[in-house]
Amino acid sequence: MTRPVSGNAFLEGVVADTPGGEALVTCLQCGTCGGSCPSGQDMDDTPRRLFAMIGAGMRQEVLSSNAPWYCVACYYCMVRCPKDIPVTDIMYTLKRMAVREKLYDDRDAPDWSQSFIGFVETYGRSFEFGLATRYHLTHRPLKKVGVGPLALDMLSKDRMSLRPDRIRGIDQLRAILDKAKLQEVA
Amino acid sequence: MTERVGVYVCHCGTNIAGTVDVSGVATWAKENLPGVVVGRDYKFMCSSLGQELIQEDIRKEGLTRVVVAACSPHLHERTFRTACANAGLNPYLCHMASLREQVSWVTKDKAQADIKARALISGAVRRVQLQESLEPTEVPVNPTTMVVGAGIAGIQCSLELAEAGHQVILVEREPSIGGHMAQFDKTFPTLDCAACILTPKMSDVGLHPNIRLLSYSEVEKVSGYVGNFDVRVRKKARSIKEDACTGCGICIEKCPKKVIDEVFEVGIGYRKAIYRPFPQAVPKFPVIDRESCIYFERGTCKACEKFCPTNAIDFEQADEYLDLTVGNIILATGYDLFDCTQIPQYGYSRLANVFTSLEFERMCNAAGPTEGKIFLRDGVTTPKTVALVHCVGSRDKRHHPYCSAVCCMSALKFGHLVMEKTGAEVYSFYIDMRPLHKNYEEFYDRLQQEGMHFIRGRVAEVTDAARLPGEDGKLIVQAEDTLIGRQRRIPVDMVVLLGALQPRADAKEIALRFGISTSIDGWFTERHPKLDPVATMTDGLFIAGTCQGPKDIPDSVSQGAAAAARVQGMITTGTVLIEPIVAEIDEARCSGCRICNNLCPFNAIDYLEDKAVSQINAALCKGCGTCVAACPAQAITGRHFTYDQITAEIAGLLYDAEVANGDYAPKLVDLLQPAGGGR
Amino acid sequence: MRYGYYPGCSLTHSAAPYDLSARAVSNAFGLQLDEVNDWNCCGATEYITINKAAAYALVGRNLALAASQDGQTDLVAPCSACYLNLRKVDHNMTAYPKLAERTNEALAAGGLHYDPGSLRIRHLLDVIVDDVGNQAVAAKVTRPLRGLRVAPYYGCLLVRPQLNGDGRNPEYPTHMDDLLSALGAEVIDYPLKTHCCGGHMTQISADTAYELIRRLLKSAQDYEADVIVTACPMCQLNLDAYQSQVNRHFSTDFHLPVLYFTQMIGLALGMTPASLGLGREIVSAAAALAKIGAAVPEPEAAAPRRKRAETGLPMPRRRGEG
Repeated sequence: MTRPVSGNAFLEGVVADTPGGEALVTCLQCGTCGGSCPSGQDMDDTPRRLFAMIGAGMRQEVLSSNAPWYCVACYYCMVRCPKDIPVTDIMYTLKRMAVREKLYDDRDAPDWSQSFIGFVETYGRSFEFGLATRYHLTHRPLKKVGVGPLALDMLSKDRMSLRPDRIRGIDQLRAILDKAKLQEVA
Repeated sequence: MTERVGVYVCHCGTNIAGTVDVSGVATWAKENLPGVVVGRDYKFMCSSLGQELIQEDIRKEGLTRVVVAACSPHLHERTFRTACANAGLNPYLCHMASLREQVSWVTKDKAQADIKARALISGAVRRVQLQESLEPTEVPVNPTTMVVGAGIAGIQCSLELAEAGHQVILVEREPSIGGHMAQFDKTFPTLDCAACILTPKMSDVGLHPNIRLLSYSEVEKVSGYVGNFDVRVRKKARSIKEDACTGCGICIEKCPKKVIDEVFEVGIGYRKAIYRPFPQAVPKFPVIDRESCIYFERGTCKACEKFCPTNAIDFEQADEYLDLTVGNIILATGYDLFDCTQIPQYGYSRLANVFTSLEFERMCNAAGPTEGKIFLRDGVTTPKTVALVHCVGSRDKRHHPYCSAVCCMSALKFGHLVMEKTGAEVYSFYIDMRPLHKNYEEFYDRLQQEGMHFIRGRVAEVTDAARLPGEDGKLIVQAEDTLIGRQRRIPVDMVVLLGALQPRADAKEIALRFGISTSIDGWFTERHPKLDPVATMTDGLFIAGTCQGPKDIPDSVSQGAAAAARVQGMITTGTVLIEPIVAEIDEARCSGCRICNNLCPFNAIDYLEDKAVSQINAALCKGCGTCVAACPAQAITGRHFTYDQITAEIAGLLYDAEVANGDYAPKLVDLLQPAGGGR
Repeated sequence: MRYGYYPGCSLTHSAAPYDLSARAVSNAFGLQLDEVNDWNCCGATEYITINKAAAYALVGRNLALAASQDGQTDLVAPCSACYLNLRKVDHNMTAYPKLAERTNEALAAGGLHYDPGSLRIRHLLDVIVDDVGNQAVAAKVTRPLRGLRVAPYYGCLLVRPQLNGDGRNPEYPTHMDDLLSALGAEVIDYPLKTHCCGGHMTQISADTAYELIRRLLKSAQDYEADVIVTACPMCQLNLDAYQSQVNRHFSTDFHLPVLYFTQMIGLALGMTPASLGLGREIVSAAAALAKIGAAVPEPEAAAPRRKRAETGLPMPRRRGEG
């Protein structure tokens, strides 16, 4: 049973909030994760470097790095890591922490996720058309050249609905989610 | 007759004395425990002075039993037994109570520690009075040794024993001795030609009058005990009459059937159906691979027989079984290379120009399939860039968690060979560089100076999917260069994978056959990882070389020599003492049910058909007590762990119950007695 | 054989052809798909980014609903992302009792409960390959896909991560290859078959996503594929709907249709292209289908909008109208 270095609250927090996160302290710094990452070249720091920074307690730098937000969740890193470190799941943990502590500057990625969740919590299902309009119109609309034609393509092939689908048990779902959110804070 | 017991309580510095009232307990023992005539405490009982205390009391006070309350018997049982023996008291009349590991090291409360210390001493005192003098059995040691596996470790081992004048039977599974070292081109760090330094030793083995070489043979069955092992060896049929064959090799030349050599050439070279694995093979006799031979397949050809000038071909030859007796066995069975197809993202077996380390060795070897030239899989093109991938299957929880010890050095060696033979650019992709032994670090420095490129990053993938300019037609090695923190893609012509060393595929089976154990990784288990790396828990069985764990050639040679030295010691002594703490079957009580037979972990129980009773082979018995507990008729006694001795010890442990509750403890002891009286 | 069926949000609209063809093909093989009653979104890769407890509870509701359906032990998801979320939550709840406790606490607020490990979560592709078997599939083929060069594209979440030491090869699987071979197609062995399509990066950083998509299209094109065959709505969307964006961005000229493996099975079984949702892909599959003698149906004309009332309030729709 591995135990993280005491006195590094950041490391302990990351380990505690990631299923299987205890393996993080056995990182060899081999770089397989960074080497495998399809979007690695667009990240400020490779996952490996993030782990070294976590080990050094660099909370600010890690949570303001764009790296977790560029993770495409392809899981190559996780299946190749020689120490069985749940790399992708750690990325998710870092994203959650960055959102909670408001440390990540660029609002695009977190806002995308928040908008998505907003619809799920309203209807119980995701709502692509709503998501696309709400998100893209409020985030650099002038740069979204391709979105319009794409949307029209999808509409014309009857692959997008202008109206959201709804589940019947939305109250039940909300009660469940509200309870869960209280747990996260605790 | 009442015994005269001496109780000695050790302080062990402050280890015991810091928690237990050692002098109080010693005095208590003398004043309260029946039979105790001497009760002393001393700072370090294991010291010469401490031992002398006991010895003087044995002489002056006429002690007939000794109890030493100190550390664990694991450490000093032998010390105190020897001290008693030297003073004329049978060593088995001495008993230890562990006041350190079982009391002071695990109890914080001093009052409780005292109670427990008294309980343990009380138990020991009662027990020791029921102990009997025992004498170890002396068995002769057969001076012939069997060495299994004739790689460099087995060869070294055999030569040392043979040179010392002892007989050796060397068993080797392949048609020739030499092992993996014979496959290599050069060895690190000296860059000696492997064959040049190996073949003289091989030749010595072949010629040595004291070495009986059984090549192309396997051990089928092992029984017996240290000093006296019975081994059945299967000498596989070479289909060659060894007394007629001159080794001229015409048969090999004329054989029309060419097949891929999966063993020596690791699948990248060819051999004939009748073959010698390599030109300097010892012995020189070829072998017919009956599965590939046309005659065995269809009944035709027989070219070898036609051309053999001495009529040495014998298609009818059958396997031969030899029953041999030896005194000691040394296992030096070597390793297998990791199967790199298990890591698909490195492309081995899909991408033509990805090679394993052994394939690459064969390529570099002048006697190999490319006559020593480095080519791509097409056998014609010389590579201009080569990547060396470290830690393939090593340091990896998905495959082998351990480091294979030799790959970093092999990579440096390969880098040198590539640059020397082709002038190509070489890239090593590593996690850590591990040049650990003599002159290894200097070799690393040399390769840095020779211009080898080192990228610290474990390879993520090897692919042929070109993406950037300069990548078309190449193999691209992708890794994070961790020292600069960026992903890099290096286009190369050839990739060599430094695969892990792993236990032989049948290592577990072999271990079972010889009666030794394997570790969780599959390597043979040594008796002690630090202090006894060549002995095993089975007396008379030794291990040497990579079968004990990954290591380089110098270490394999050292272990081979060490194993030989141990065996030599036993041969010189001529006999070996077998501990008398064994089980004994009372024939009168034994009903022949044989429940004990299969329970014995050491196969030490024989069944005598004529008497319809079981009998314990004292030489094999380790005194574990399994059969004693299992016998439904209680017909088996464990010497030195008899029923009476154990119950007496329990009664002693309950001393305070006895004292406090009057007749409680005696009632308990009565309950523990079997009907019809104890033994 | 009966299975719980979890279509996922994509299959209701953007990947409706996948749903259509999945049901048609399952029917043909006697697999009964019982849709989970009132299922909700699995959270995709978005919920877990914001709140872990809620993300688990979100999936937990689906697991609880599925487990309570009569006689269901197998829950089948055709979408690889849903497949991952469902099995990851189930696995982690089994491996970490405290997590299970918390998740069930949240579910209890909605009157639900899920015992981890009570469902076997499976991807539709695995159900067809393992439960039906390629031999049985081949036996029903009436229109073999001869002459069609297909690139089996597995994507990431179908084979990774490996939980419980799952059986499939996470780098180089071959089960879809074998299935497509059984349908008579010429399966090409190209190196990027489990490389990432970019997922939601099309929305976060288009440059990153387009590059990933371009690599896949290029590889398939280099190996002269006629069709890319997928098992995930996200992969299909990215490779299909964004193909023109990629062409614009990189000045490339890809025209590779991207279809679902269920559509390929259906075609080989002789089903009509329309019944399999063909014709709704953005990059037309016409040329590819022509090779096997099938025609891409014209997209159905959308139902005519009702005329505005001249005065007052519009009249309700008549029965049979629209």
